[in-house]
Amino acid sequence: MERIPILKMGRFLLVSIQIDMDDRTALGLQDDLTEQIVKHNAKGVLIDISSLDVVDSFIGRMLANIAAMASILDADTVVVGMQPAVAITLVELGLSLKGVRSALNIERGMELLQANVAEAEGMAGGDLEE
Amino acid sequence: MGISKSETIPVRSSAEVVSVRHVVRKWAVDLGFSLIEQTKIVTAASELARNMVDYGGGGNLRLEALEDGGRRGLRLTFEDKGPGIADVEQALRDGFTSGSGMGLGLGGARRLANEFSIDSKPGEGTRVTIARWKGGS
Repeated sequence: MERIPILKMGRFLLVSIQIDMDDRTALGLQDDLTEQIVKHNAKGVLIDISSLDVVDSFIGRMLANIAAMASILDADTVVVGMQPAVAITLVELGLSLKGVRSALNIERGMELLQANVAEAEGMAGGDLEE
Repeated sequence: MGISKSETIPVRSSAEVVSVRHVVRKWAVDLGFSLIEQTKIVTAASELARNMVDYGGGGNLRLEALEDGGRRGLRLTFEDKGPGIADVEQALRDGFTSGSGMGLGLGGARRLANEFSIDSKPGEGTRVTIARWKGGS
């Protein structure tokens, strides 16, 4: 089974899926990411799927599961780089990817994660002052 | 309607589901399908191939390049000798699943194809056939 590398960058985890994953590899990534979020106390996960030319219901469910688990572990998830043909197909397939935030590219995705962290810390700071 | 080319490949594991995606992509490209047409039929094939591995105990995929009065298309037939589907209408409904899936496989594949048919007999197996035509919506 192949493993998808997970990179740590500050408080975020970065994943770029560069291969056509079989179902076991996809489940492995889901488990690895959940573990790494806890291990590094990560605040955000960015998943680049710009190399994926197919996202079927299994991969879609994996993305939704990662977002749900990350959310329980207090981390945001952003999926970036979805190809237009993939997006059109997903809608027709009937997959709504509820709870999965998306951004056009890695740069925008990182900005989104950073803004979320800044906002969360601003709110926490505000609480302390009261 | 003529069949200009055909091929049958086994689909018994999750790794072979990946092979199905690659083979179907190659055929769709060779037939001159647009990127969106390719993506739709490859995604439908992935759903049906996984169904066959997860619920049908594996089976075969037959690919056929179709020609019909200048129209070109791709027909995919997934056939297994698994337990079959007792209630096909129910299985086609979104959200129906007997396993760990999302229940989008059959209904989703039907939406992504121009033609869809299913023939299933409990205890004997299931055959699902889809086709997409180049330039079909």
